[in-house]
Amino acid sequence: MKLETLHELNAERAARRPVILVTDTESGEQRLVKARDFAKDPLRAELEKQLRTGKSGNVEAGGKKLFLNVYAPTAKMVIVGAVHISQALAPMARSLGYDVTVVDPRTAFASPERFPDVPLIAEWPDVALPPLNIDHYTAFVALTHDPKIDDPALLHAFERDCFYIGALGSRKTHAKRGDRLRAQGAKDSDIARIHAPVGLAIGAVSPSEIAVSIMAEITAVLRLPPKEKEEAA
Amino acid sequence: MLDRDEDILKAAEDWQKAGHGVALATVVETWGSAPRPAGSSLVINDDGTFLGSVSGGCVEGAVVTEAMDVIETGKPKMLEFGVADETAWNVGLSCGGTIRVFVEKVG
Repeated sequence: MKLETLHELNAERAARRPVILVTDTESGEQRLVKARDFAKDPLRAELEKQLRTGKSGNVEAGGKKLFLNVYAPTAKMVIVGAVHISQALAPMARSLGYDVTVVDPRTAFASPERFPDVPLIAEWPDVALPPLNIDHYTAFVALTHDPKIDDPALLHAFERDCFYIGALGSRKTHAKRGDRLRAQGAKDSDIARIHAPVGLAIGAVSPSEIAVSIMAEITAVLRLPPKEKEEAA
Repeated sequence: MLDRDEDILKAAEDWQKAGHGVALATVVETWGSAPRPAGSSLVINDDGTFLGSVSGGCVEGAVVTEAMDVIETGKPKMLEFGVADETAWNVGLSCGGTIRVFVEKVG
């Protein structure tokens, strides 16, 4: 690998931007393709598939054997609301490899006793969220059920283009939330990005079951191709 | 979507800049119950120091030896390890898998 390729690869990874290193395993020739350049690449379909599944693998193109090595940032999860569902969701997400942070200004909820081993921030979203560098590789879940906390948090998630945004609440609650967020400048396309009611419809009853439905929905959004994603939702 | 190889590639860059000969070994294909998935890597420098892994520790020794040769010649190599492949390699994967490892020089 050329030093400049390695340097560029390390810089992209430090900036949490996904890249794929394409290596001709016979000649050793290499090129680095940034995710934003996939659309104009001859290997577009293969690159997109490998990135979506997060798996490195081999393809044959133009008589060449190519190895596609995927470098995708570690996914983060930000949970707003140190509630009962979060107590099940946080460790589950960690076991799936997410870097998890829980935010809740209510110190009675955001206590280390309730959340051992999970980074907890007992601050309002306007203070807690900006330093977390929330980006596209973040699953964002608002679970407080309190508009004072969830609404500003969701506005921040829209701004940062999180790959998944979910919010607790019935259809009725969600309709009211949509009105409030629009009044604060959110676009219809932003509101449409919120998964609400949150989680896949698996008949979840207990907080842990709801956590499973949320985690399953996040996994579907992360891994499924766009069309199947719509069918699962 | 996980990225746990950060320090490995950083080390490759740092070692190269510090004047070392450096090789990078990457798992490119696996069959059976290989311990590390495709994309896993091991970085080796010319004094034999290495970081990362391409298996559960079964074949790293052989990869390091081959990497020394790659650092010397600058020519990439494809290595194959597997339990059923005793004629080519004496080091096998005890778990019953087969892996192909691409070894290339850095710089």
